[in-house]
Amino acid sequence: MIAVEDITVERGGVRVLSEVSLTVEEGEFLALVGPNGAGKSTLLNTVGGILSPAAGRVVAAGREIETLSARETARLVASVPQETSFGFDFTVREVVEMGRTPYRARLRRRPDPDGRDQIDRALARTETDELADRSVTTLSGGEKQRVLLARALAQDAPYLLLDEPTASLDINHQVRTLGLVADLDETVVAAIHDLNLAARFCDRIALLADGKLRAVGPPEDVLTAERLERAFGTSVTVGEHPVTGTPVVTAFRQQGQEI
Amino acid sequence: MGVNKYVANYTRFVLVEPNGRATVYSLGLVALLGVVTTLATAVGPVGVTPPTVLKVLANGIAVPTEITVARTGGAVLQLPALTVEWAPVFAFPVEQTHAAIVMTVRLPRIALGATVGFALAAAGVVMQGFFRNPMADPSIIGVSSGAAVGAVGALVVGVPFVGLRTAAFVGALVTAGVVYAIATEGGRTPVATLLLAGVAIQTLLGAVTSYLLLRSGESMRRVVYWLMGHLDASTLDEAVVTGTLGLALVGVMYLYAEDLNAMLLGETDAQAVGIEVERTKRILLAAASIVTGAAVAVAGVIGFVGLIVPHAVRLLVGPDHRVLLPTSALAGASFLVAADTVARAGAVELPVGIVTAALGAPFFLYLLRRREVSEL
Repeated sequence: MIAVEDITVERGGVRVLSEVSLTVEEGEFLALVGPNGAGKSTLLNTVGGILSPAAGRVVAAGREIETLSARETARLVASVPQETSFGFDFTVREVVEMGRTPYRARLRRRPDPDGRDQIDRALARTETDELADRSVTTLSGGEKQRVLLARALAQDAPYLLLDEPTASLDINHQVRTLGLVADLDETVVAAIHDLNLAARFCDRIALLADGKLRAVGPPEDVLTAERLERAFGTSVTVGEHPVTGTPVVTAFRQQGQEI
Repeated sequence: MGVNKYVANYTRFVLVEPNGRATVYSLGLVALLGVVTTLATAVGPVGVTPPTVLKVLANGIAVPTEITVARTGGAVLQLPALTVEWAPVFAFPVEQTHAAIVMTVRLPRIALGATVGFALAAAGVVMQGFFRNPMADPSIIGVSSGAAVGAVGALVVGVPFVGLRTAAFVGALVTAGVVYAIATEGGRTPVATLLLAGVAIQTLLGAVTSYLLLRSGESMRRVVYWLMGHLDASTLDEAVVTGTLGLALVGVMYLYAEDLNAMLLGETDAQAVGIEVERTKRILLAAASIVTGAAVAVAGVIGFVGLIVPHAVRLLVGPDHRVLLPTSALAGASFLVAADTVARAGAVELPVGIVTAALGAPFFLYLLRRREVSEL
């Protein structure tokens, strides 16, 4: 379980998250949604130990993240950041191997006995095993996202944090990638821009706006027109997906509405 | 079957595993350095054939036969003095003058060239990986400019108590420290800030150097010569000090090779896989700055070695720092020895910095037209 306890985070003197509390249960897929600048990435980075909260704490599997070293944190939570530079000619396997960093001894006296198995498994689970010897510079957006997912799985951490895993993907790859994540049976927290995708693949949704947690719960409870209008500042209608039955949110601008 | 498996494992180690590739390439490059050194030692106004060079070098090999420790020194500091008796292993017949030319004139210079090239190329690899910037070189945070101010200051106005080399070395380290301090806020050092702070400080120190140059009067020639980079008038002691420091610190860098790999994907990614990014950055910057400072202190500002050697080697061996770092360092050693041989082979001896720039700039432009540099 991840327990986010009343955290406040400041960046450059500006408060970007205030007093957010949230728990993530084992095995659930939780989506963080909200407008740009709501604090989704900040929340993920705080849970992942990349940022420190000004107040409050994050506890994962009973251990307070802020007190852990980067290595210990990486064994507990595996993050896929929003922007990864793929400019260097590494192979897919080499990038996935980087996920074993927290298990590696600097002086190499202790090799990583599970390493190769974990890497092979991560490649297989993300369907990137056929790409293993390809250079990452040649991959498409969807393939890159799966490789990063494989790297995170190779970390063999109980919790996965994904920051906008579908941001640059076409609709086919958005669905494929999130479907893959949902089928992993891992505990996952993902910032997702697309409300409809979040509704379809995630167990629960946390809605953030202006650095505060506005609502958390099953998609159909959280994604109400009234709540979304307040959070996003635009008119929305919420319908039902004709096939999956999950909520479908459509934004529109009313006549004479201020932008 | 057992043998086949052994052969398969061994082949995999040599061809695929980074440590295997690093070992194989490094052995090849050490051999290349040996050949380049031998040929370079043979080049000069007095003809010494390569076989003679090898005989002289073999004669130089000695083993300790007796070690005595005696307590000597002043009233305040009692330092144990170690006396070691050495005995030569080989005694090939060579002409005395040839032996003297090789051991006291050519070899110190070549050894210094090799250590300086080794240090600069390794520091260049680290800086390029660290900044993820193709134009990064060992001096990117102002180390060379600081060394120049120290050295020129020592030559023009004179610095009490310390020599030219010490002044240059201290200037280099102080500059690196100042740039790091300026770019650090709240325990974090963004590389973009570091880069810009480095550029600003380099500009400022360039102005100081120019001013000192104007006031240099009689010592102008020496100052300009120092600034151009040179390996003449070097001693074996300098090579030993620079070489020891270089090997030790490149060893430290090598321990962080995998961290550098992860940092190529971005600092957030590196942190996500469990690297203490800020601490790693401090260690790498310190190691790269110290070896660069030491190299510049003994050889002046030799440009392009730390820029083009890593690029060229990356084209051949790929971006994995476990392979790239040792191979670049060794290739840098051979490159600088070769460049210095060109510099001293002509009728008029040139500062080696001119040769490395003249060879390096066109080669860099050639790389620029290729995939490699635009991708970095």
